[in-house]
Amino acid sequence: MSEPVTIKVDGREFEVKPGELVIKAAEAQGTYIPRFCWHRRMKPVGMCRMCLVEVDTGRGPMLVTACTNEVVDGMVVDTQSETVKKAQEAVLEFLLANHPLDCPVCDKGGECPLQDQAFAYGPGESRFVEIKRTFEKPIPISDLVLLDRERCILCARCTRFSEEISGDPLIEFQHRGNVTEVNTFPDHPFSSYFSGNTVQICPVGALTAKAYRFRARPWDLEMVESSSLYDPAHPRVSVHVSQNEILRLVGVDSEPVNHGWLSDKDRWGYEQVRSPGRLTTPLVRRGGDLEAVSWSEALDMVANRFDLILEESGGGSVAVLGGANGTNEDAYALSRFARTVLKTNNVDCRTGEGPSSHFVAATVDRALISDVDSADTILVWGPDLKETHPTLYLRVRRAAQELGVKLVIVHPRGTGLDDRASRILRYRPGGGHDLLAKMVAGEHEGLLEMFTGKVVAIVGQASLADAAELAESVAGFVRGQAATAKIMPLVERANTYGALDMGLSPDLLPGRIAYGPGQLDAWGELPEGAGRDSASVIAGLQSEELRAVLLVGADPVGNSHNPSGAAEALELAEYVVSIDTFLNDSNQFADVIFPAAGFSEKEGTVTNLEGRVQKVNEIIPAPGQSRPDWAILDDLSSIMGRPMGLNAAAQISKEIAEVAPAYQGISWDLLEWDARDGAIVPIEGAQPLTHIPVMVEGPKGPSAELLLHQARVMYDDGVRLRNSPSLHPLAPGAVALISPDDAKRLGAKDDSMVRVVTSKGEGEFAARIDAATPPGVVFVPLNQPGAARLGTDPVVRVTVVT
Amino acid sequence: MTAPLVVTRRMVDHPADSHSIDRYEATGGYAQAKLAIGMTRDELVETVKASGLLGRGGAAFSAGLKWSFLAPARPAYVVINADESEPGTFKDRQLLERDPHQMVEGTIITAIANEAHHAFVYIRGEYAKPARRVQAAIDEAYAKGYLGRAIFGSDFDLEVTVHLGGGAYICGEETALINSLEGRRGEPRLKPPYFPAAKGLYMLPTIVNNVETVSNLPHILAMGADDYAGLAHESDTGTFLMSLSGHVAKPGNYELPHGITWRELIYDIGGGIPGGKELKAWIPGGASAPWFVPEHLDLEITKEATAAAGSMLGSGAVIVMDETTCMVRAAERVIRFFSHESCGQCTPCREGTTWLEMILRRIEEGQGRAVDLDLAIGVSDGISIDLAWPPKMTTICPLGPSAVSPIKALKDYFRDEVQAHVDAGGCPL
Repeated sequence: MSEPVTIKVDGREFEVKPGELVIKAAEAQGTYIPRFCWHRRMKPVGMCRMCLVEVDTGRGPMLVTACTNEVVDGMVVDTQSETVKKAQEAVLEFLLANHPLDCPVCDKGGECPLQDQAFAYGPGESRFVEIKRTFEKPIPISDLVLLDRERCILCARCTRFSEEISGDPLIEFQHRGNVTEVNTFPDHPFSSYFSGNTVQICPVGALTAKAYRFRARPWDLEMVESSSLYDPAHPRVSVHVSQNEILRLVGVDSEPVNHGWLSDKDRWGYEQVRSPGRLTTPLVRRGGDLEAVSWSEALDMVANRFDLILEESGGGSVAVLGGANGTNEDAYALSRFARTVLKTNNVDCRTGEGPSSHFVAATVDRALISDVDSADTILVWGPDLKETHPTLYLRVRRAAQELGVKLVIVHPRGTGLDDRASRILRYRPGGGHDLLAKMVAGEHEGLLEMFTGKVVAIVGQASLADAAELAESVAGFVRGQAATAKIMPLVERANTYGALDMGLSPDLLPGRIAYGPGQLDAWGELPEGAGRDSASVIAGLQSEELRAVLLVGADPVGNSHNPSGAAEALELAEYVVSIDTFLNDSNQFADVIFPAAGFSEKEGTVTNLEGRVQKVNEIIPAPGQSRPDWAILDDLSSIMGRPMGLNAAAQISKEIAEVAPAYQGISWDLLEWDARDGAIVPIEGAQPLTHIPVMVEGPKGPSAELLLHQARVMYDDGVRLRNSPSLHPLAPGAVALISPDDAKRLGAKDDSMVRVVTSKGEGEFAARIDAATPPGVVFVPLNQPGAARLGTDPVVRVTVVT
Repeated sequence: MTAPLVVTRRMVDHPADSHSIDRYEATGGYAQAKLAIGMTRDELVETVKASGLLGRGGAAFSAGLKWSFLAPARPAYVVINADESEPGTFKDRQLLERDPHQMVEGTIITAIANEAHHAFVYIRGEYAKPARRVQAAIDEAYAKGYLGRAIFGSDFDLEVTVHLGGGAYICGEETALINSLEGRRGEPRLKPPYFPAAKGLYMLPTIVNNVETVSNLPHILAMGADDYAGLAHESDTGTFLMSLSGHVAKPGNYELPHGITWRELIYDIGGGIPGGKELKAWIPGGASAPWFVPEHLDLEITKEATAAAGSMLGSGAVIVMDETTCMVRAAERVIRFFSHESCGQCTPCREGTTWLEMILRRIEEGQGRAVDLDLAIGVSDGISIDLAWPPKMTTICPLGPSAVSPIKALKDYFRDEVQAHVDAGGCPL
């Protein structure tokens, strides 16, 4: 780090970092220089000219933009001179000359930098008497975002975001001079997963969100900070509410996590919260139909039935699935309820995909998101981050693009990061271990040398055809090359990391403890033996070894790769209880359904993919009679005579900090005051269970002319998205992506119906000819409407139907 | 006024075939490029510095000094700015059309001096015939081995590519030109870096020189820097080309010695104002330059004297206006040009030039108000603070401040004429 330099701003002297932009250095010392185009997360362009200041570096004062000039020793900055004032007033008068001043009907009114800076720095009146510029308005630039061009001040924030940050350069300036406008290219809408960020950073009301447009005045909104709903990195959001209804989410700039950015799914995913489809009362099945009943009736019924089954067959005959969609407090209550009330260790929050729970929960050294910034090499061998881990995708993209980090991408087809990769390796679905063996043998020239220095390995299940142990083997391989490599094991559902940390896995207990007798004295005697994971629970129900199952935010029929097995299991199950926010494909088999509180309807904590614990907050009441999971479980425990004594989420949080070793030191006070960006666990000392990934041999990949690649994409057909009217239409639907070569060979065109047949099942899909899919591979996005489940065997046949 | 012709000598002596390689070589062409192969970068830079050659694109910056700023990174590039777009300027067209090999030889010397193996000639798209001539000359030079691999049998390679502009004045600004060459929007880049010699084409060291500038190079080497510098008046060396247009009897391009006065230029060389009319004003250095009026007639045409009087020689375009010219209409026409050509990236230029155009059109069409001239001055003030000279720009590049030059003229010399428009409810002329 070089020596600080001394600059003078408006007569006050400061020491600042050399090379810092004047606008940043001045702001850090309390001098705000007005600006429109400059944004701290993007490169300066110096276009709006609002930040003009006079700078003297020994050659007399020069009028320059503070956003493009770096400090040098001895620089004297004047932000108040007559010349500066003249320039500021002029720029504002120019900006307002053609601005429609339709503030009373503009979404941005009241939170608009143009209004605020016109108030603070403007001339107070306009001398413009000519006719203002007009455009057709609004024009949709994507399915979610509208553009009113006459409001635009041409600051290039949105266009820079799309090019520099998200890598979808689909909006650009067109024409020139006074008729310059932002627009999309013909037939290429701004179909980005990140389009909402442009609305967030627009300094005027030019870009507006369809879902929010004309819905509120900002001063009527109540705001509370929370963590977002879907993204496993848990970017911070500000939840904006009016009259008990969420109207929008705004990304909060958290340096270690998201830099303010959100995916569109996280930004607009709140729509399901106020969906009319939400469950509002307990439901009980009577004569085949679900009937609304009172809480006491439903709770008594479930408690008695569970008691009866436990008495007859013991805890080993019941199972608990789910818990990854709620808070850590909910997950803890569920974990404790299963082990101490239901007396069962058949507990799993996973869906049968992805690396092992031990690996996910307990790997050391685990990488932080910010580790990618300073890495020498990042390996991504896992899901296409753009589809499943959107803010991590942006961070890795930035590292490769702006920070010079080498990026190695291994995936069965093209991914969103390929254009920034130093090295791309493809493998055929199911052939991951074969590729790994070749890598180990040094068959890829220059590759092993890339795994030196600071290495971050982001690993997960790239394809349903991957063997479950592949991700861990990759991590083990990287460790073998670079002993200090940091590992980031990926799973896809929002709070899976928190749920595993709370012990929602047959081999784990809260606080990253391996499951076993005597491991958690606070819970007393634990059920013996290895519990069942989700696949084994489904099998146990199918074979009727298990009698009852409790589903907590779990939908094994709608969201697994064995839907018919899950449906059969639930049909055969003697007793199915569900705690959920919606009716779904699985709880249609339930005997009793409890309505649960959801996002923004309860307080608690969540844990993200790097082990960062953050606070989530309640800002709206849960609909109808719905309640938090933990409260429902606590009531059941009381009726069943083994009361857990849980009476508030805050109290559960304290209990977690007491009994879960990795969570010692976590408190809401800490998260609300000293650790606003969250705290990484374990914060005090080591975690009891430390998992070191090892490379194991895996199965040989299948050889067939065509192999099936299945993976999750951003927009799915889960029940929450089905209840999000803005997002659900963006799902690709039942499609099969094939390479141009294969399409030619098969005689398929775009939108041809093709039949895809595997050893496990078959279905009809609309063909999409896709350059990112290599020849010999068929890509079928998982969890799409109407898409039949094809199983995990990648050998596939494709024929054209029409 | 009897200065030797330098860059136009060949076309004056051999009007029929001055553009052919045979004529070019018969009159000493390509000898200096061959010579330059044997010279070091330092020798060439020092020679050009010593010659006092100033850039002829408009900024009049020392060509040798510009070369000396070349950063060490390689590859380096040479770009010849043939995007001659300044209204009233047509000197480069003649050089390109009538003596393209002179420019090619100058390009070779520039490339050798700046260790560049690829040069681009960026010609404005409207210059169809000059572009054809240049391409033909380059093809001939390739055929002779003067371009391409191992030029003149040396170990120096030089590729030259002609690129046609898409019709934007701003692409004459060197950083906008580079953006355009890279396939980006033609918008000037931020300064610093102040010179493409540090970071230019593809962010690599790049020398951008004007056609006339490099056309002088073979002569500087042939005459020797001292003799070239000897053709000097005060600090201006060599000769200079002026494009004379407007209300003069003999418009056209003239290669002139430094030190003559505007009176000599307009009345002697240009043959005076046709029809015995009175001179009203002239633009001394292209549409960007602040205007002169008869009180400036006896100033010498030098960089210093023009700057001291608050204007510039710019691209050497002189537009003469006689007493029948409406100054409001002339100002509106010039500003309309700049407003049309503003790239739109910075606020003051994008909004201000259009606003000025609207005000002037209103005055000319009879909807002027008494406050409008002061309003126009106020608007100009926001683009070029206090209308100072040299301008205190609120913009990235000088296009916006250039656009207010006519307003400065109305303010300083023609306030009464503007008021007459307001009083008469339209143009009184």
